[in-house]
Amino acid sequence: MTPTARDYSLVGRDSELAEQNGLVAADWYSVDIDRKQIKRLMKRSDSPAIRDTIIWLGLLLASGAGAVYFWGTWWCVPFFLVYGVLYGSSSDSRWHESGHGTAFKTRWMNSALYYLSSFMILREPTIWLWSHTRHHTDTIIVGRDPEIAVPRPPDIKAMLLNIFALVSTWKTLKSLILHAGGTLTPNEATFVPESERPKVFFIARIYIAILLAVVVACVVAGSILPAMLVGLPTIYGGFMTVFFGLTQHTGLAEDVLDHRLNSRTVYMNPVFRFLYWNMNYHIEHHMFPMVPYHALPELHEAIKHDCPAPYPSTIAAYREILPTLLRQVKDPTYFVRRNLPRGVEPVPHNPGAVFQTSSQ
Amino acid sequence: MSQWIDACALEDIDEEDAITFKHDGGYYALYRTEDDRYFVTDGLCTHERVPLANGLVMGTIIECPKHNGRFDFTTGEAKGAPVCVNLKTYETDIRGDRLFFKLD
Repeated sequence: MTPTARDYSLVGRDSELAEQNGLVAADWYSVDIDRKQIKRLMKRSDSPAIRDTIIWLGLLLASGAGAVYFWGTWWCVPFFLVYGVLYGSSSDSRWHESGHGTAFKTRWMNSALYYLSSFMILREPTIWLWSHTRHHTDTIIVGRDPEIAVPRPPDIKAMLLNIFALVSTWKTLKSLILHAGGTLTPNEATFVPESERPKVFFIARIYIAILLAVVVACVVAGSILPAMLVGLPTIYGGFMTVFFGLTQHTGLAEDVLDHRLNSRTVYMNPVFRFLYWNMNYHIEHHMFPMVPYHALPELHEAIKHDCPAPYPSTIAAYREILPTLLRQVKDPTYFVRRNLPRGVEPVPHNPGAVFQTSSQ
Repeated sequence: MSQWIDACALEDIDEEDAITFKHDGGYYALYRTEDDRYFVTDGLCTHERVPLANGLVMGTIIECPKHNGRFDFTTGEAKGAPVCVNLKTYETDIRGDRLFFKLD
């Protein structure tokens, strides 16, 4: 029996099936936690994110200055490597946390970081705010979640190209042109409300203007150096976004209403956790999205008794992810079943659409 | 016809917090500010109908626990995406040590 592909679009067969099967905006499993404790963990503070943002922007400026200073010699390479990762990869976690409004206590600081990091990772801020909202409502529900990074069967070629953000950048450039002309795709129209659409079109025009200004600067300077500092770092520095991002949900269950079964918590070293702003605590983040990044380790300690064992390292997570991806190329029905602690049962769930086979 | 509903004892709500109150099939959120003022709104977020009282009270703002949408619970005003529709608020009255609100 040959499995046929599922329909990951937001306006197709599996979208209707998700609705019919009660998987849309459903009640999700949540670990019981004392109200006073979760209130304390949710509490906002400016200081951790101010500290981290000063370090982040300071390192960006220092590595960028070094890259410019050594431009034309091989010595610029390590500086561009650091600059690129901070610009093209770390911006992902800054975009994410400030989009939730949890990075800072002060609202305008979240907004400032959100717009800056959105441009750095080359994501349109309004589209992605609504897309991510849907991702949290219907996490890895096929036909509903626009942020399923690896649909089954995985497209390995596209994944390899996207190590350097080539697929995502190309898609964004096409979207910018579409949005600048005042149009959304049918998928986007399902999650961006009418009232927010003028903002999408306006920001797309600003993005295009900035990118064109960089091109003009390159022509005037007779060098690609301006683009190496603004625009291209999204591509040459984007590989850590993929490296971190694939650990979140790849290869785990679809269509379950329990983040313990479709998300990973992975222990990472302090450098990774700085770059990734603790999103390695991904079960915790999905279950309690109001808890700021700096409180996630404590939240992890509070709920881990009711969660699958965390992966001891990023390497350990990839020991599972890579073989799973290769297996899913041939067998897209395969996924990793997470083991809950002894005595803890997964919540009953409706599995939604199953892979159709040729005999069905 | 409007009626006054006996919602809870004042001490049932912690300072700068909220609780859910269910009445006649409806969900309501009852709030207490840090300076002991009490407010009542609809209990479900206007965005995706998540119970708001599980969220975080900051001053006079309630933040939805699911998508972090924010409302000013004294006026019901939605403070920006992802919440775009205001929250219904209810007139409150304190009688002795109990919180009442007026249901239309």
